Amino acid sequence: MKLTTKVILMMGALTMAACTNAGKLGGGAGDGAFGPNAAGNSGLIAGSASDPASTAYFQQAVGDRVTFEVDQSSLTAVGRATLDGQATWLLTNADYTAIIEGHADEQGTREYNIALGNRRADAARSYLVSKGVPSSRMQIVSYGKERPIEICSEEACYAKNRRAVTVLAGGLTG
Amino acid sequence: MMVRIFTTLMALMMTATFSLAQQGPLRIEITEGVIEPLPFATPNFVAENGSSAEMGVQLTRVVAADLQNTGLFREIPATAYISSVTDFGSAIQYPDWKAINAQALVTGAVNVSGNNLTVKFRLYDIFSGAELGNGLQFQGTTEGWRRMAHKVADAVYSRITGESGYFDSRVVFVSETGPKNKRQKRLAVMDYDGAGVKYLTDSRSLVLAPRFSPTGDRVLYTSYETGFPRIYVLDVGSVQRRLLESGEGSISFAPRFSPNGQTVVYSQATGSNTDIYTMDVASGRSTRLTSAPSIETAPSYSPDGNNIVFESDRSGAQQLYIMSANGGEAKRISFGQGRYGTPVWSPRGDLVAFTKQSKGRFHIGVMRVDGSEERLLTASFLDEGPTWSPNGRVIMFHRETQGAGGRSTLYSVDITGRNLRPVRTPEGGSDPSWSPLQK
Repeated sequence: MKLTTKVILMMGALTMAACTNAGKLGGGAGDGAFGPNAAGNSGLIAGSASDPASTAYFQQAVGDRVTFEVDQSSLTAVGRATLDGQATWLLTNADYTAIIEGHADEQGTREYNIALGNRRADAARSYLVSKGVPSSRMQIVSYGKERPIEICSEEACYAKNRRAVTVLAGGLTG
Repeated sequence: MMVRIFTTLMALMMTATFSLAQQGPLRIEITEGVIEPLPFATPNFVAENGSSAEMGVQLTRVVAADLQNTGLFREIPATAYISSVTDFGSAIQYPDWKAINAQALVTGAVNVSGNNLTVKFRLYDIFSGAELGNGLQFQGTTEGWRRMAHKVADAVYSRITGESGYFDSRVVFVSETGPKNKRQKRLAVMDYDGAGVKYLTDSRSLVLAPRFSPTGDRVLYTSYETGFPRIYVLDVGSVQRRLLESGEGSISFAPRFSPNGQTVVYSQATGSNTDIYTMDVASGRSTRLTSAPSIETAPSYSPDGNNIVFESDRSGAQQLYIMSANGGEAKRISFGQGRYGTPVWSPRGDLVAFTKQSKGRFHIGVMRVDGSEERLLTASFLDEGPTWSPNGRVIMFHRETQGAGGRSTLYSVDITGRNLRPVRTPEGGSDPSWSPLQK
């Protein structure tokens, strides 16, 4: 007896989930931790975003992150401009050190994404070094795809997750 | 004789061949081979004293589930039985079992005495009207009753298929809770069927990709305990862990043991570049095996320890390569459409399992060591991280669902592409690693 059977695996309909914006993430230390009272203060409050030497200012006014194209670790023009601002700020605020966290979107395997996130973090660090920031003030780490800030499975979210975030440590108000 | 059961099963396991559709959704067409599972009966194991009855029932259920879950066997419900087995030593009424189309009959007896448990079993080939192999007896503690059931099932599987079993084995994996952006991960170990989950770490630090040692007593894994990914080795019994690799100014991940357990192969990133290294566990001395500016990661040894399969994007995208365990020139083995990662050498040495990304889908697949005969076994939004059963017949992996509510679950699938099934765990699961058969 000869038996012919067709097995069809996994052709479930694709259901596209809506993209939700998660405000904060619990993962990378400083990632997404925006100050609560960033605007509306006329006076200079140490540690708030109106204090140009504050971590909050660095995150919001300078911009603490750059994003990358799919599978890429080369900096975009926008990314370089952001890093120019970071370099200026880091040279002005010499008390701070930084850990640059590299991240990938979920469209990749775990180990490869750690290596890719590492490349992205290093691309940001190398650029900052080229602008005069001492390499001794910076470390890099990669979280691969483990710490997304956006959780939808669409390019709108992936584009924000493919990032290198400069997380400050030390400093007078840090 | 035993020939009949044996040949039926061998036909079932060996002659299935597949052709993969090159376009559209993944489709596996089985054009040859018997797919009708072999019917078997397992009357409840006979209780040899009053305190053994419940244990007898539980043990029998585990044996039956082991066999049934392979997809190669089909249990005949007890309601169909004509004969009952009330005495382990009495003669088998072959016509009664033949009449309900049982081809294999497993009988057993259980004796609970305090904490001691004795389990006996016999296997019969109904159509030949003869016992298949000799009766066997296992002794242990009542605490280890599941393992004894798995040992019975392994013996049955092995006698009928001619291959070693895989039921008396464990899986170490990452247990996951929480949404994608707040996922908590901790290491856990369980029996291969999801029973007896025990947590090995807490979820304060991100942990990834645990890998069993060849003897199943230690686990390598990556933890962010220091703030940076580093490789740890953990003793499963004592749950004591130690940092194995502490290269300053770099990150280390993707560790695996060599087949003799004395060497660890892993990835280390220095600057932007990730390469493959080995470390002698006893001395801590490391050796760099690759030096290309590309990403080299996810290394896995051949069972003889002579070669390493790994992934590299040196060609522009992730592909699989094999090199000597001492490094040197690597030979590319994957050439299909898409990207190939997470290669794992099969325990038999003939196949490599991998994760493939193609056209926005992820697949678990296998190919021969020379890259030929690629077969995709699964397809979904995100399938990843294959690990081999001890006998090389089954692959476990994890599947993450799409979207904001995405969750990760362990699955297993035969290397024929059949019998895809979830492995139930208390929480979400990822990064499984299958132990060898326990001693």
